Amino acid sequence: MFTTASTTPQKILQMFAAILLFAAVMGLILFIASRFTGKRDRAIAALYLLPTVLMLSVGLLYPGLRTIYQSFLDASLKSFVGFDNYTTILTDPEQLTVLRNTAFWVLLTPFVATGVGLVYAILVDKARMESFAKALIFLPMSISYVAAGVIWKFMYEFRPDQQNIQQIGLINQIIVWLGGKPQQLLIDSPLNTFLLIAVMIWIQAGFAMTVLSAAIKAIPDDIVEAARLDGVSPWGMFRFVTLPAIRPSVVVVLTTIAIGTLKVFDIVQTMTGGRFETSVIANEFYSQTFRSDNRGLGAALAVVLFVLVIPIVVYNIRQLRRSEA
Amino acid sequence: MTTAAPLTTTPLSKTEGKKLSAAAMAKKKLTSPWASLAAVIIAVVWTIPTVGLLISSFRPQDDIRRTGWWTFFTDPLVTFENYRTVLDPEKAGTNLPDSFLNSLVMTIPSVIIPLCLASLAAYAFAWMNFPGKNFLFIAIFALQIVPLQVTLLPLLQLFVAWDIDGTFWTVWLSHSTFALPLAIYLLHNFIKEVPSSLIEAARIDGAGHVSIFFRVLLPLLTPALAAFGIFQFLWVWNDLLVSLTFAGSPTISPLTVQLSNLTGTRGTAWYLLSAGAFVSIIVPVTVFLLLQRYFVRGLLAGSVKG
Repeated sequence: MFTTASTTPQKILQMFAAILLFAAVMGLILFIASRFTGKRDRAIAALYLLPTVLMLSVGLLYPGLRTIYQSFLDASLKSFVGFDNYTTILTDPEQLTVLRNTAFWVLLTPFVATGVGLVYAILVDKARMESFAKALIFLPMSISYVAAGVIWKFMYEFRPDQQNIQQIGLINQIIVWLGGKPQQLLIDSPLNTFLLIAVMIWIQAGFAMTVLSAAIKAIPDDIVEAARLDGVSPWGMFRFVTLPAIRPSVVVVLTTIAIGTLKVFDIVQTMTGGRFETSVIANEFYSQTFRSDNRGLGAALAVVLFVLVIPIVVYNIRQLRRSEA
Repeated sequence: MTTAAPLTTTPLSKTEGKKLSAAAMAKKKLTSPWASLAAVIIAVVWTIPTVGLLISSFRPQDDIRRTGWWTFFTDPLVTFENYRTVLDPEKAGTNLPDSFLNSLVMTIPSVIIPLCLASLAAYAFAWMNFPGKNFLFIAIFALQIVPLQVTLLPLLQLFVAWDIDGTFWTVWLSHSTFALPLAIYLLHNFIKEVPSSLIEAARIDGAGHVSIFFRVLLPLLTPALAAFGIFQFLWVWNDLLVSLTFAGSPTISPLTVQLSNLTGTRGTAWYLLSAGAFVSIIVPVTVFLLLQRYFVRGLLAGSVKG
């Protein structure tokens, strides 16, 4: 039951075994809980929380602390090296490229995706077929980053510039139509990093659009109407009515996308594998830990990622609280 | 997290806005053809990449290699051969039907387990009194910010020590664990809104915590469970990092891993990649089209996860 399932019946059987085993544990908890009659809150609460606390301690808390510890060890996690791994991240030219790329990602993606999402949300607001128009932009959000990576890798496909060879990637074809020479889009640095960022923007714009569209619709109509009667221009309407009203939502969207962008791994992994100077922290963590067996450095990269995420999350939660109040 | 809140109020303000909208719309249509044009341009730019690959997946192998997919409109030739090839393990060099099954086998328990555990925990936090309740709740809430990367290597070492590495258990356990903080937080927010008089009434009737949970709360919780369930389903189905770390071997690897490998080994075999990508997209897009409302809510709610 706890071995590798290799045939189809074995896999399905193991899945049902897992669900049954889990149901049995749940049943046991509920059975014991039902034995306690009256107001025995403490005992029952302890029972209800036991599996959760156990799983979070073993599966999140312990590994997190252990990774922090491992970030001070060498490549094979044998001896203590102090802050060497962190020094490497901050001085090694390759790692500096990783940091630079991560900065590009985090600075560009949230603003461009939010900008496009906001413009689109305003343009299609109350338009005919609004929900269909929104679905088009939102669809990329439902597919995996891997599939998105494949879709865009095809867009960027390059064919050598020869007489009888036609381009099959749309971007290069457009370059050719405009009279240019086809480019090895995913190989030329730093252009390739920006082309990968475009994929993330393509995915996240739908998220921004949906949240901001809801915020726009929540603006009270009398405010809009009053401004209209005052003869406010469309731009003035946006600048002095819409934008101030949806500001909290904009901040939440920006920070949320920034957090997601910091952790992005799949797009880089699928499209370039982090080669050609396109690696970012989340991808570098994976390569160092599992491909290069440089585990101390990998752990340090994970910790850096953690440290970078914290301030954004704290800010995000604060804004969320404020917008709720 | 609670970005779900503005969404739930949308239908209301929408009906209020109807009074204006007809006139406003007509006016807008007349005065701003540029606005419509801009919207259409964005929509087209956002749709073309997917459409291009979709069309390619139905073109003959040689055509894909020689000409761009846009020539399809002047030379429409449709074939299902690419799908037949990519689904045939001997021809594709990768076992996509198996990995489709693996994706399903991984995903279903990874949705059920955290949902059940989180409902229990959320119930305890919302309706029971015990020492250290607030501290524990905040601690669980705070765990949401831990990036998965921080946990992966120590977890792998644990799984090896327990001798379950390379099995589905690693994926079920890790995905269930990672889902708990968010699920508890969301369900707790939802349960809190249930009027306490309802619970008190059930208590006076002599119902214990178990029957209150099943008879009173579970039916009320359905929308929240659906929203989170769909979010978690797509999260696990679309995940690459966790599966690559724990389930990278071909026997148990899911679609995302196989597809990602295919881009590495057969990076220019677009007849395989295009069809393969759409095999992996079918399930999430179907879920999206059928359950759009829950889907959007769940996705917004879980947007800072992982």
